[in-house]
Amino acid sequence: MATVTNPSAASTGSLTAKALREATFTAVMTFLMFALFIGLKTDQNMRNELILVPRWGMLAILVVIAFVGRFAMVAWLQPWRTASKAAKSAAPTVDEDAGFVKRNFSKLAILALVLYPPIILWIFGVQGSLKYIDNFGIQILIYVMLAWGLNIVVGLAGLLDLGYVAFYAVGAYSYALLSINFGFSFWILLPLAGILSAFWGIILGFPVLRLKGDYLAIVTLAFGEIIRLVLINWQDVTKGTFGISGIPKITLFGIPFDASPNGFAKMFHLAPSSAYYKVFLFYLILLLCLLTAFVTIRLRRLPIGRAWEALREDEIACRSLGINTVTTKLTAFAIGAMFGGFAGSFFAARQGFVSPESFVFLESAVILSMVVLGGMGSLTGIAIAAIAMVGGTELLREMDFLKHVFGPDFTPELYRMLIFGLAMVFMMLVRPRGFVGTREPTAFLFERKAVSGAFTKEGHG
Amino acid sequence: MSAVAKPMNNDAILKVEHLSMRFGGLMAINDLSFEVRRGEITALIGPNGAGKTTVFNCITGFYKPTMGMISMHQEGGKSFYLERMADFEVTRDAKVARTFQNIRLFSGLTLLENLLVAQHNALMKASGYTVLGLLGFKSYKDASKEATEKARYWLEKASLIDRADDPAGDLPYGAQRRLEIARAMCTGPELLCLDEPAAGLNPRESQELNKLLRSIRADNGTSLLLIEHDMSVVMEISDHVVVLEYGQKISDGDPAHVKNDPRVIAAYLGVDDDEVETVRHEVEEGAN
Ligand SMILES: Nc1ncnc2c1ncn2[C@@H]1O[C@H](COP(=O)(O)OP(=O)(O)OP(=O)(O)O)[C@@H](O)[C@H]1O
Ligand SMILES: [Mg+2]
Repeated sequence: MATVTNPSAASTGSLTAKALREATFTAVMTFLMFALFIGLKTDQNMRNELILVPRWGMLAILVVIAFVGRFAMVAWLQPWRTASKAAKSAAPTVDEDAGFVKRNFSKLAILALVLYPPIILWIFGVQGSLKYIDNFGIQILIYVMLAWGLNIVVGLAGLLDLGYVAFYAVGAYSYALLSINFGFSFWILLPLAGILSAFWGIILGFPVLRLKGDYLAIVTLAFGEIIRLVLINWQDVTKGTFGISGIPKITLFGIPFDASPNGFAKMFHLAPSSAYYKVFLFYLILLLCLLTAFVTIRLRRLPIGRAWEALREDEIACRSLGINTVTTKLTAFAIGAMFGGFAGSFFAARQGFVSPESFVFLESAVILSMVVLGGMGSLTGIAIAAIAMVGGTELLREMDFLKHVFGPDFTPELYRMLIFGLAMVFMMLVRPRGFVGTREPTAFLFERKAVSGAFTKEGHG
Repeated sequence: MSAVAKPMNNDAILKVEHLSMRFGGLMAINDLSFEVRRGEITALIGPNGAGKTTVFNCITGFYKPTMGMISMHQEGGKSFYLERMADFEVTRDAKVARTFQNIRLFSGLTLLENLLVAQHNALMKASGYTVLGLLGFKSYKDASKEATEKARYWLEKASLIDRADDPAGDLPYGAQRRLEIARAMCTGPELLCLDEPAAGLNPRESQELNKLLRSIRADNGTSLLLIEHDMSVVMEISDHVVVLEYGQKISDGDPAHVKNDPRVIAAYLGVDDDEVETVRHEVEEGAN
């Protein structure tokens, strides 16, 4: 038999040789370039004379860095990049190979969330669980709900809304004011807050939706600020920057969560603790999130949801097919705003206190970045982004050990924005379409194939 | 409704009368009148920049004409003045569908979804304006199944059925053109307006397109108005040709008539007006 040369081994060998050659060349160039700049330093000696201080060590370090860097780039990074590019272009439509976890991901996630409070209670005890259920659980789920609500407007309909937090504020203040002044219960005010927010969504939508792209973004931004300024300045009603406190708690079909004889703890013969209220709130917001997801998934399969996505892809084509784009945009705005309103009223009930501080532009920006980071339109991706962003913030608060490294004045959560920014830039470089870059089709004839993000558009208005 | 006109000539499905469209100082269309007859394929031809796309945009409500009337006469006797209607109403109520010169598909939606979006208004009604559909009523499920069948019919007709579940942006150019036509047909139009459907197609694709257009007229009874540059396509499939130059009509008639009209030849060969007479002589001599 003839001798068989292994082509891949040969190419690996030549690649290493090539890398070595290029690295040596780079190292020589570095040496020549920096020999005078770094290798020799002009200085003054004690007698004010000009002397040359040699810094050969530093020069050597630079040369070594250049050598190693070039070698790594040629030998490993470039082949890896071309290989991954080739793999990507070879498979433009992403085919799902169905693993058990992947197929049942949403069911497993819901199961995990339902089991979360009992497991935490069991591990950390009643008092110790507070932090995990409240700061991590409820806080994250509120943001998941907000981001899913905004996803309808931005991810599906492609309308860039920078003032989403305004609807959150409308929901929160609706609950705060109506429950304090009229004594309505949460269960009446929850839908009412949603309706009021949707109403404001339509009010904003009418004048604004003829605008597109940047103009729409600026006007929605302004709307968010107007609502906040009204909340600050309409002191008779909103108490301005002091905010509204003493907002009634939610009751479980009339059973209050307090230490009174007919309270929840007494009724079930449990030691009084605020943890039970938190667990109850956790399940409530979980239900609200599931409602949001359910409605979003259903809507996508209805003509209105398809029209939203078509609108994102091409508005003029939509109109040529007889779709009234104004009402289509308005419904997206109104339904997105409604979920913001639900989340707002829940937020007010959970905090017991609302003030304009909670509804600054930064909140809108954070919610929007969850939608963008998660992958526009994908519920799973957005939930992951919300967990990463809110959970990440809470984790930073926990990192007390960093104080030992950077000194006692170091507060890690102040670096939150810096870390977000870096993470965002990194994500957009690696996965420009977000965590989940593919789109699930809403209907299929033969087989359901995910649509690669290369074909979907972000919308222009 | 002010947009409803009296039924006039049964023979004409679309009547364009004294249409003018001005963009600033430019008269893109100048006092243009022509008719599209029911059940026919009418071609609108002319050199680049003659104003053909502008005529389409006026008919389909994307531009409001400076002057003139455009009336659509439906089979059932209902008539509409298109220049008074919003663009989406022209498709929804007057039943005039169109395609675009630079294809406008929903590239991130699958072929099937593209065709379902085109049936938006019918499905919207069936879903009880979303409410019943959200609650999972059966009426919507039935309508949705029917819509899928209609989409399947058009995918088969446009020979795109194999790619039904692929994103529209993934299709080759010729297939995208056919999909855009299929999508327009899913709105259930009586008049279909096609803006350069054969542009950029190779001869085989061009033949397929001609077949599709003929069968649309024969099987679905839809009248067609098409803009075309390729004279061989025009001569082969159209019953009636209208020629436009600098926004004005220079010829109107059956393909044979138009083909021999010296003004048309002059326009296409780029001859000055005073040379038209010379060309006419040459043509007449050639015919003898
Ligand atoms: N929205 C507009 N604003 C200003 N001018 C326009 C507009 N639309 C078209 N025009 C002008 O009107 C004239 C006719 O354009 P139109 O697109 O109708 O030509 P066409 O016959 O479709 O040409 P082609 O064969 O190249 O598609 C051109 O001079 C064009 O520049
Ligand atoms: Mg044109």
